[in-house]
Amino acid sequence: MTMTFMERMITIGMVVLGTMITRFLPFLIFPSGRPVPTYVQYLGKVLPSAALGLLVIYSIKDVNFISGSHGVPEMISIAITACLHIWKRNMFISIVSGTLVYMFLIQYIF
Amino acid sequence: MYLIFGLCDQSFSNNYSANIPQKVNKGWYMFFVTLLNHSYWVLGATIGGLFGSLLQFRMEGLEFVMTALFVVIFIELWMKERVHHSSLLGLAVSFLCLIVFNGGSFIIPSMILILFGLTLMRKRLAKVGECT
Repeated sequence: MTMTFMERMITIGMVVLGTMITRFLPFLIFPSGRPVPTYVQYLGKVLPSAALGLLVIYSIKDVNFISGSHGVPEMISIAITACLHIWKRNMFISIVSGTLVYMFLIQYIF
Repeated sequence: MYLIFGLCDQSFSNNYSANIPQKVNKGWYMFFVTLLNHSYWVLGATIGGLFGSLLQFRMEGLEFVMTALFVVIFIELWMKERVHHSSLLGLAVSFLCLIVFNGGSFIIPSMILILFGLTLMRKRLAKVGECT
């Protein structure tokens, strides 16, 4: 799909606008002087965990469990990443090992 | 002004989790964290763009870093929190939405349902002492 110059400008403009609105709006609604409503404080506390849960699911959304490799390489790699992290609690080790195992699995085994 | 612009997830988690000493100015501290973050990002992207084509090994499967990163952060949060309602809700709701809607459009309904669920759970969680 090719876009005309004008369409590109409009697209970029919309992205810039969207970014700026989402960045500035919270600061405009909740100035630093006044206390933030308790509901928003509550969300700030509980939302991160739920959002990360969503992201975990999002990152495996294209895995096909019915055909192909049935998501086995993904499950193995996630299990290894998780176990390593619970054991060592070192982000770097967990992420690098998990990714290398996954690359090995899908390139040579599955 | 620059801080608001430069706010991204990494700067946020750094500034959020750092214990800034009393004698250090908080504003300047956050400014430098953001500035350094910004420069690493520019530097990394530049190096990647210039030398990326020189890399010849098989990159297939590299996208798993994202999955691994999310899994690791998820576990970190899990180990820090006392009750796991929110984590489990996030996983369950997103999974259900992924089945009901398809991969391309499950994010928005998931977000709405998570927000809805968390709002409903607020009273109960308050008893457990998870919120202030």
